[in-house]
Amino acid sequence: MKLGVLFSGGKDSAFACHRAMAKDEVACLITVLPVNPESYLFHTPNVSLTALQAEAAGLPLVSVESEGVEEAEVADLSRAISRAVEEHGIEGVVTGAIHSVYQATRIQRVCHDLDLWCFNPLWQRDEEEYLEEIVSSGFRFLISGVSAAPFDKAWLGTEVDRGTLDELKALARRYRMNPAGEGGEYETFVTDAPFFRKRIEVLRASREYHGDRGIYRIEDARLVAR
Amino acid sequence: MILVVDLSYRPGSLSLDEFVTPVERIVRQEGYPARIRHYTDISHQDIASAGGAIFCGTALADFGYLEGLERFAWLSSFPCPVLGICAGMQVLVRVYGGDVYPATGIGMAEQQVVAPDPLLAGRDRFPAYELHCLAVESPPSFMVLATSLSGAQIIRHQDRPVYGVMFHPEVRNEWLIGRFLSLCLPEGCAHLG
Repeated sequence: MKLGVLFSGGKDSAFACHRAMAKDEVACLITVLPVNPESYLFHTPNVSLTALQAEAAGLPLVSVESEGVEEAEVADLSRAISRAVEEHGIEGVVTGAIHSVYQATRIQRVCHDLDLWCFNPLWQRDEEEYLEEIVSSGFRFLISGVSAAPFDKAWLGTEVDRGTLDELKALARRYRMNPAGEGGEYETFVTDAPFFRKRIEVLRASREYHGDRGIYRIEDARLVAR
Repeated sequence: MILVVDLSYRPGSLSLDEFVTPVERIVRQEGYPARIRHYTDISHQDIASAGGAIFCGTALADFGYLEGLERFAWLSSFPCPVLGICAGMQVLVRVYGGDVYPATGIGMAEQQVVAPDPLLAGRDRFPAYELHCLAVESPPSFMVLATSLSGAQIIRHQDRPVYGVMFHPEVRNEWLIGRFLSLCLPEGCAHLG
């Protein structure tokens, strides 16, 4: 089955893509670029770099812009998926939803209306077990945004590896937050994945942090040999 | 052992991760051994050693499980408790002489309990995650226990612990699977047959 992966550049959509490639044919990545940084449905930090990630993976990218206004985002998503059907003949869509019924419901409705299959290979996974698997299976990703109290500025740009994963899990337990950050507590940017042909090297980035919120803005990056 | 049946379009599909593994995880967390089998690959040994069976849901676009219903003939003489979730409920209904018809429900929906049952003790109304585009006409041998705006949501055989649930209890209503498991016999109930 030819599939399109809804791809934000973060760890969940990248891992969903990895799972989909193990079982079916991934024909393209699909990105919605929200103009509004407060988007309800879509991941925002560094999402324009999905083009570089798609190049790293050797996959075509279908991207459309969205005003990022609640519910109108669903129409933008439908437009993006329809383009992927026209350009790449996809028969189904893959998402990185884990527990977000809000996200899953909207994507399921769009796929149903377009007569497409919808797959959520991370659905209902135990977050800690999932984080262990993603770190141990060759993904490299850094914290690209934070919006919860336990995360200070020092987390911005930090790569999540064995050591920081333990720290992340401890924080999640102490503050009773979702360890996978699906509620927006933190966002990630994938620099390497098992399906990448090249990895991404960040050349220049800046950190913005106000209150409990911050963004690690990647200003320049390039592909290098893995 | 609890037999966890994958009704998706092919063995080992992406739907296994989404609809079957989450149910299996709940079964194990409740302390019961579980065995996943695709519906095209269930052996006599699987059936004989099961103390209960859970038929899992599928992707919205997947209806292959409704073809070749003779594969499920063993269900009518299976002596242990059965829980059919969404697609699994549709299979149960068809096996017992009921039918399915188009009716879509996607997202959280309020469930109204309309008949008492130990499985639903203490629950009058509760929200649940629906993901279906078919609904069921309950067979005469079943009674409706709960409904939502998109039709019958929980049904039960009049005489046996055979349940169908249209919503997905593995999402936010794991308690229902836990209560169902308390009816099952981990060591198998072939001796009851």
